Amino acid sequence: MKIRVVIAKPGLDGHDRGAKVIARALRDAGMEVIYTGLRQTPEQIVGAALQEDADVIGMSILSGAHMHACPKVMALLKEKGLDDVLVLVGGIIPDVDIPKLQAIGVKGIFLPGSSMQQIVEFITANVRPRAEAI
Amino acid sequence: MKTVSADTAKQRWERDILKPAVKKAPERAVPFTTISGRPIDPLYTSEDLADLEPARDLNNPGEFPYTRGIHPTGYRGRLWTMRQFAGFGAPEETNQRFKELLKAGGGGLSVAFDLPTLMGRDPDHELSLGEVGKCGVSIVSLADMERLFDGIDLATITTSMTINSPAPMIFAMYLAVAEKQGADWKKLSGTIQNDILKEFIAQKEFIFPPRQSMRLITDIFAFCATNVPKWNTISVSGYHIREAGSTAAQELAFTLRDGIEYVQYGIDAGLDVDAFAPQISFFFNSHSDFFEEIAKFRAARKIWADVMKNRFKAKNERSWKLRFHTQTAGVSLTAQQPYNNVVRTALQALAAVIGGTNSLHTNSLDEALALPTAEAATLALRTQQIIAHESGVPNTVDPLGGSFFVERLTLDMEREARQYFEIIDRMGGMVEAIEDGFPQKEIAEASYKFQQAVEARDKIIVGVNDFVQEDETPIPILYIDESTGERQMARLLELKQTRDNAEVRRVLDVLKETARGTGNTMDPLMDCVRAYATVGEMCDALREVWGEYEEVPLI
Repeated sequence: MKIRVVIAKPGLDGHDRGAKVIARALRDAGMEVIYTGLRQTPEQIVGAALQEDADVIGMSILSGAHMHACPKVMALLKEKGLDDVLVLVGGIIPDVDIPKLQAIGVKGIFLPGSSMQQIVEFITANVRPRAEAI
Repeated sequence: MKTVSADTAKQRWERDILKPAVKKAPERAVPFTTISGRPIDPLYTSEDLADLEPARDLNNPGEFPYTRGIHPTGYRGRLWTMRQFAGFGAPEETNQRFKELLKAGGGGLSVAFDLPTLMGRDPDHELSLGEVGKCGVSIVSLADMERLFDGIDLATITTSMTINSPAPMIFAMYLAVAEKQGADWKKLSGTIQNDILKEFIAQKEFIFPPRQSMRLITDIFAFCATNVPKWNTISVSGYHIREAGSTAAQELAFTLRDGIEYVQYGIDAGLDVDAFAPQISFFFNSHSDFFEEIAKFRAARKIWADVMKNRFKAKNERSWKLRFHTQTAGVSLTAQQPYNNVVRTALQALAAVIGGTNSLHTNSLDEALALPTAEAATLALRTQQIIAHESGVPNTVDPLGGSFFVERLTLDMEREARQYFEIIDRMGGMVEAIEDGFPQKEIAEASYKFQQAVEARDKIIVGVNDFVQEDETPIPILYIDESTGERQMARLLELKQTRDNAEVRRVLDVLKETARGTGNTMDPLMDCVRAYATVGEMCDALREVWGEYEEVPLI
């Protein structure tokens, strides 16, 4: 069964080059990719993950809003019982914020210059095992 | 009878000199292509320019079609304006940075706004949380604009403001500050970006649907032609198109085709082309492929002159001359080994200067990591000053004019841009092409191809996919905390308690009424601004009448 990934752009920023390139790379790597489009609230992102039965959420954030969006997304995931969804953040994240994001459960943080291949490998290695379809 | 033509000199050279040499010592096993994927020959000679007619295609600086420059004196008369884009936090912090830049010899101001301002949202809106003051300065009402320009004489400086959907509101605030300072609007000079088409195409900071957005722009054209005649009403931007991943030729094509769309809408709104076209300016990216960029700038001037004279029948020579600002390529900056970015930026800036830019922003070395520190911003400005005063490059106009290679590239760029014009004209125009997702798809395709080339190491990025260095020492960066958000929120509350709210409601109603009809929206907006209506309130009023644009996400 294919790994299901929700790629989202939280906040007001419209720079979607990274999100789109990653979405395409994951699709080319055989994953099922749902791209939410721009300006998603944490509620919308978690809602999409729930509805799409996502294994992975990838958020692209360049504007500095990560310390606002990520804790909310993580709290909502817990609330909905989706703690086993693998959460990745890509974009511009100052070094001082990396441990803070890791502490709330963000598993992968990909900074500028990360390769598509690295992200594909990270997901494959860390995604939750899927129960075999009966 | 057919004659077999003899080999040309270049063919002879390829056969007798090049081939044996390559046989002995092969070329490096890399694709010889530009950063846009354009194949490049080992040599260019006069034979590659058989289709070039110097009088028609080049002429001299200051003469149609301005390929070699719009000013006869080039930079010997006046250097380009060194205009450093800046903005962060609350208005008084940016005001401080502006004063430092002016003191360091910067020639003009350039305002970066934060995302809530760019999206027409007040700091208390749900989507603004965590974004206030982060990517630029937060401007909520006229009171903030007064703080931003405190102690800066708007009559004597020029200001560029990177604002698009809420451009009319922010511009109205600027005019109101000028009014309070006692400055004559007729003498004000500067630029608002006001280019919504590239927002739909690339940067995605849109609010209203395309056609209503175009009306706001033609309203500004008409308002400025009468009231603020020296103001650059629009800066048609390729910068963001390129940052989104387009090729150089796509940047050129989509930007100029956007320019054509604005001129057409202005004419369709009943304006005389020569009444507003001279105030249209452009904004390009200067990326890392040195010669391709220079060719792009030269081709841009040539195509625009032809479009204005022949497609739109403009008679005023000022309508024919393409004036442009350049910014070095933010997307080329690396978080790895950030000092390398100084070198990248210097080369890109040099390409812009050789290409004849009229003003220039050089990026700071730390911008792949954060907004620049004051030290990094100063170094970026110094980079321009070194080019201007030490390199000797500004001594002559269009120094690469006549280069076989650069002239060939210039002609090729022009041809590619015109091919895109034909496609977009057939679709009915740029608004229609955007509604079909055409430029968006072309750019997404190019950006994915580039990323694949980087991963295959067909394109080398020093410090990223080659020459990598482990254990780098981190550099100091500017960290913007949440305090601006709190401060701007408190100010908003206070404003709503102290201003005349009945008057605000009245002027917002007049704005809505105008939006429903056909009057010029700038007139009621001036009244809204003077009554201290917020950016969010003014945009909400128009959202109520026009609705919001929603993009269909494509990957």
